[in-house]
Amino acid sequence: MSTPAAPTFPHRHLLGIEGLSRPDIEALLTRADDAVALSRQVEKKRSVLRGRTQINLFFEPSTRTQSSFELAGKRLGADVMNMSVASSSVKKGETLIDTAATLNAMHPDIIVVRHHSAGAVHLLARKVDCAVVNAGDGAHEHPTQALLDALTIRRNKGRIEGLTVAICGDVLHSRVARSNIILLQALGARVRVIGPSTLLPTGIGRFGVEVFTDMRKGLAGCDIVMMLRLQRERMNGSFVPSVKEYFRYFGLDAEKLSLAAPDALVMHPGPMNRGVEIASDIADGAQSLIREQVEMGVAVRMAVLEALAMHLPNA
Amino acid sequence: MTLRPLLLTNATLCDAANGREAPGHVLVRESRIADIAWGEAPGAPENCETIDCAGLVLSPGLIDLRAFVGEPGAEHRETLASASAAAAAGGVTTLVCMPDTNPVIDGPAIVDFVLRRARDTACVNVLPAAAITKGLAGREMTEFGLLQEAGAVAFTDGLKAVTNAQVMRRALTYARDFGALLMQHVEEPDLVGDGVMNEGEMASRLGLLGIPREAETVMLERDIRLVRLTGARYHAAMISCADSVEIVRRAKEDGLPVTCGASVNNLVLNEGDIGHYRTFCRLSPPLRHEHDRLALVAALNEGVVDIVVSDHNPQDVETKRLPFAEAADGALGIETLLGAAMRLVHTGDVELPKLLAALTANPARLLGLETGRLAVGAPADLVLIDPDVPYVLDKRTLKSRSKNSPFDEARLQGAAAMTFVGGRLVFRSADSNSVAA
Repeated sequence: MSTPAAPTFPHRHLLGIEGLSRPDIEALLTRADDAVALSRQVEKKRSVLRGRTQINLFFEPSTRTQSSFELAGKRLGADVMNMSVASSSVKKGETLIDTAATLNAMHPDIIVVRHHSAGAVHLLARKVDCAVVNAGDGAHEHPTQALLDALTIRRNKGRIEGLTVAICGDVLHSRVARSNIILLQALGARVRVIGPSTLLPTGIGRFGVEVFTDMRKGLAGCDIVMMLRLQRERMNGSFVPSVKEYFRYFGLDAEKLSLAAPDALVMHPGPMNRGVEIASDIADGAQSLIREQVEMGVAVRMAVLEALAMHLPNA
Repeated sequence: MTLRPLLLTNATLCDAANGREAPGHVLVRESRIADIAWGEAPGAPENCETIDCAGLVLSPGLIDLRAFVGEPGAEHRETLASASAAAAAGGVTTLVCMPDTNPVIDGPAIVDFVLRRARDTACVNVLPAAAITKGLAGREMTEFGLLQEAGAVAFTDGLKAVTNAQVMRRALTYARDFGALLMQHVEEPDLVGDGVMNEGEMASRLGLLGIPREAETVMLERDIRLVRLTGARYHAAMISCADSVEIVRRAKEDGLPVTCGASVNNLVLNEGDIGHYRTFCRLSPPLRHEHDRLALVAALNEGVVDIVVSDHNPQDVETKRLPFAEAADGALGIETLLGAAMRLVHTGDVELPKLLAALTANPARLLGLETGRLAVGAPADLVLIDPDVPYVLDKRTLKSRSKNSPFDEARLQGAAAMTFVGGRLVFRSADSNSVAA
């Protein structure tokens, strides 16, 4: 490479994809490619975060995102502490801002936050001195998920520009969908959203996406099919009548997938509801990238932590 | 104690009730307006205090039909004393306090308590609105007759709508016999659901659940049907969207006894002011799209919107310094009502007399008050307005006990220079020393 892999990430926090430029995103993806290579070696450790403290503050339970951030931090040499809400004082009535102030007093260098309320991570970021990474806030953003999805696509397709990506399912409640829409459009992909109207946000047409309520039409010619998780409490009558009906019209099975491009690839942010939004044979099939997404997750989070570390004091 | 006569001279008198705005002078004697002279200054009576009001607008004091106070029950947010001090500083001489207190203002004894507390601690007129239903529970009617006798000026379930159509029908029917005014918070709670801001692109981008305009219009249309059925007087406390303007316009054209208000917030702010999750802009009804705001401004000009209210709702740090979806609704407003509303004048959207009518004469007429007009014999509830004074609002200077103002750090123009209630000076702005002789 003629250009040096310079630290071109000019942000103190990663709160969302919104506000990132195309070069910002591409710099992170390139950095993540290096992290993939590193993670496949026997010796996986680096020392860019040695002496640094990373706190994973999860107000919502999450196995995969939390462990992915933990592993990413540890591979870069940070001391990682996991804090989940079930065992914390937040349950005792402490406010988010008090929690932030308390943690801040312990001098962490990076706080990774997941919260069930949109905007909560921004609020917290204003109250602490360290770098903050949004690991998902309500139905707003989940930037590292979008970055790992982009990395997965780029490594498999060689590009993102010009691809047609369908995001399918519960877009209304999905932070993954919002971050992905912004990121994929920034990198030049054409984005479609597919779902029943009860699960599509009002004004989605103004996001610059094509909207489909008929999955067969929406999948036609797509290069990437990205499925979203449908929460259990939304399956029975509140947003869709039943699992059976949902799977019939919006679940990804072989027949519907055959309408996409022949070399279409299937993705899912996990955890999957097999037989609800995706058929088991598709999830495990040759076109599925779902397991690779998990690997890319660790790499992207390493890239993000490393990029933010550049701005830490005494870096 | 008798006060010296007071002559307010060289002011621009704004008699909104008659749409008249011209230079003039007002003489106040024994808490009432004793004389009004348009044009040339009259001679000052003996022993008279004279205030030269050059450059200032003299208007009846503002009448705010929607203020949440917190006394009794939530004195940490606001008391009658602090709310009235805030009101006076905003040129408001009469405030109608909402029944959402603890205990709820749903019986004559509580009305009496509020009136006595106000008499002893408040520096402006405080008029309680009583609940439509006991405990604001939406089931059983309160004692409209006895409550009115005790001093309740109107009936409302405050932050809540009466959702049960049968209860609302009976309340309207019964209220008609007593000439009572019902003020409904027009919001269908099932359609609000978990929504926290205006439904649309902006909410979708922020990942927040939306409140459709239909939450308002469905309730409003239902109520107007019931008004048609019962013939009772009905006031939609605050409308927020263009569709509601059309519904109210049609009802008025049909001759129904329907009036409506708009919050100053919905007239000068829109959903974009929420920006990055500013909880001080989390309101009920929510801030809507700019086209809704423009429709409300037009409706104010046309007279479809009768009155402008502050929707003053003090909230503390514990209920506002939270993620947007978890924060409480409501914003301070009584002290900034005038300054914020003056934006409409300075942008050229609304003429000053029109605006002041919606803040003085119209609410007075709605409640049948003798204040709210510049007339000989009317109470000397007056405000001297410095219409052009520019300032940046600093929430630390606000007199309210809470600080949740959506106008914090906003650039405003126009403020109360002096406020008189019953001829007594209850507020003088720090900048107005020069004009006070």
